[in-house]
Amino acid sequence: MSDILLPLLVTIPIMLAAFPLLAGLKYERAGWPIAMVGSLVVAGLAALLTWEVYLEGQSTGEQIIHELGGFPAPRGIELVGDGLSALIALLIGVVSVAVLVYARKSGPQGNAFYSGYLLLTGGLLGVAFTGDLFNLFVFLEIVGLVTYALIAADRSGKAAYGALKYLFLGTVGASLYLIGVGYAFVATGTLNMLDLQSALAEVGYTDPLVQAAFGFILVGFMLKIALFPLHTWQPDAYTYAPDSVSAYISALVSTTAAYALIRISFDVFTVDFFAANPLIADGVVLLASISIVVGSLLAVMQTEIKRIFAYSSVAQFGMIVAAIGLTSETALFGAVIHLVGHGLMKAALFMGAGIMATAYGARTISQYGGLAKRAPFTSGSIAITGLALVGIPPSIGFVGKWFIALGAVQEGSWGLAVVIFVSTMLTLLYVARIIEKLYFDPPGDPHGAAHDDHGDGHDDAVDGHAVADGGHAGDDGGLTTDTQTDGGSPAETPIKPGDSPEQTAAVSGAVSREMLAVVLTLTLATVALFVSADQFAAMLDPVFGRFFQ
Amino acid sequence: MTEPLITELFTEQHAYVLFVLLSSIGIYMMIATQNLVKKIIGLNMFQTGVFLFFVTTAYVVGGSSPVIPPDGSGGPFASPLPHVIVLTAIVVGVSLTAVGLALTIRLYNEYGTLRADALREVIGDE
Repeated sequence: MSDILLPLLVTIPIMLAAFPLLAGLKYERAGWPIAMVGSLVVAGLAALLTWEVYLEGQSTGEQIIHELGGFPAPRGIELVGDGLSALIALLIGVVSVAVLVYARKSGPQGNAFYSGYLLLTGGLLGVAFTGDLFNLFVFLEIVGLVTYALIAADRSGKAAYGALKYLFLGTVGASLYLIGVGYAFVATGTLNMLDLQSALAEVGYTDPLVQAAFGFILVGFMLKIALFPLHTWQPDAYTYAPDSVSAYISALVSTTAAYALIRISFDVFTVDFFAANPLIADGVVLLASISIVVGSLLAVMQTEIKRIFAYSSVAQFGMIVAAIGLTSETALFGAVIHLVGHGLMKAALFMGAGIMATAYGARTISQYGGLAKRAPFTSGSIAITGLALVGIPPSIGFVGKWFIALGAVQEGSWGLAVVIFVSTMLTLLYVARIIEKLYFDPPGDPHGAAHDDHGDGHDDAVDGHAVADGGHAGDDGGLTTDTQTDGGSPAETPIKPGDSPEQTAAVSGAVSREMLAVVLTLTLATVALFVSADQFAAMLDPVFGRFFQ
Repeated sequence: MTEPLITELFTEQHAYVLFVLLSSIGIYMMIATQNLVKKIIGLNMFQTGVFLFFVTTAYVVGGSSPVIPPDGSGGPFASPLPHVIVLTAIVVGVSLTAVGLALTIRLYNEYGTLRADALREVIGDE
């Protein structure tokens, strides 16, 4: 019965994706409600699936399998749901609802955006559930294609540049993955993940063809996940994309790619493969460690807020991939928690940065001087989520990092433990810089003033901003004014970079109460999930039981 | 010892050699040229190399096309699965090219150039 949830989760958003464009022929603003319905349905079904898998995990621990079109498995394509994919699906559902609430005001407007948004959601869910290597390629490319289009959705030249750069590297990554799949197919004659597991074992894990297959798949995913030195597309893509798109893709796109790598490493190649090829396992840990350190260092060196967060993703995903190479149950447990936690934290951070940019035109660290007084809620969110990213308890960031580091120590991989520690210090460095600017720099400080000429006309709009953030005194009056601004939303124009000062000033109203509420909710979630390790364990135990039998 | 291997490589497995050549030339072209359209052509060539590899794996010596008569006779047949895979992958490749060209057109309209190095200079990418 519950297996019908899997195809529904994948097909509903993809089919709904046609409707914003169709309805857009008649109703100009039909896109958002349709996308919202789609995202809510996805979130609801994902929650239902998670609950069923949770119950299943208590009793039998079996996977939920759906054969598409009734064609039986090695030839037909299967959708597979277990604790791991259900968690990722739930993350996709929650983040897509959250970002959509945020995107209603912040844009990009237009029905094409909402079509792309639903298509991306469907593609991500496909990656999460598919049980077939080639089908995974198709879903990865659906995700890739829509991501390139969404990054360029605000029609600015810079965004198109970032998107095209991502397109080149992302396509090469997917093609390298396809070569790896081809090698595995030549070695075994099957593409079904569960089937491949036994077929690869028969061929032998030290067979050069199998090793090469894993090598190509690994490099392909390293490009998609954006690990150093293959990360170069990511900072541009995240920085130049519209704020809501940055939040969505930073939270989900690399995350599902990392999930797919975990799935293939442990469900297809299995721990025995790593045991038979210690050099490959060590290589993965080494590459990931370099990514952790270099990503953190590059993040410290940046001045643009979105770029800092982008490079920080390079480091965080380094930790997740390092846990794969460790093949330790504890570390992998931490990696999955960090995968979910990082998604929530980055969504909150990018949306927080988006509010700062829309309301105050602040896009660099120096422009953040003293903003905490004007935007207490947003600043608080950025500060708390930033500290969660460092790994300070109580937050989900701490839980994930803790288990990865614990796994590294258990496996005797002291190098990695030191790397994680160093990266934590570096993360603290760049987060502390932001917090220090927000809270301890007076608004009129020389740096802030020096940068004022870049953000012409923001001074005129200060009053509006403070109201927009709902908190110059944190009182109801601010919120009421805000609601009025909200009511006037049809007059809103999409925000384009390079607008004249007058327009930029008008943009201040574009920060709505629900945008703030979303950021605050996600922030609270990252803190509240600190106590969730037991629930994660209940979800993941049956899965890991299979991985590490 | 190595001589027969090399002969075999070029007589019986020339398709694999072609796959490696095509993919390498494509990826080199993508990296080396500064022209965005040529970069996209290089990307296509790289993908075509990969498709060729898949088509090659389907080949069965003496095999006919996998259209099986109702009585199930005939054979051997070439494997249909890689063909289906390549068909799908070609569709994906076409859409990628379309998106890539659309972005290139927008970049050209915005900055008036197709050269990646010029764009990098204008945009200030590090």
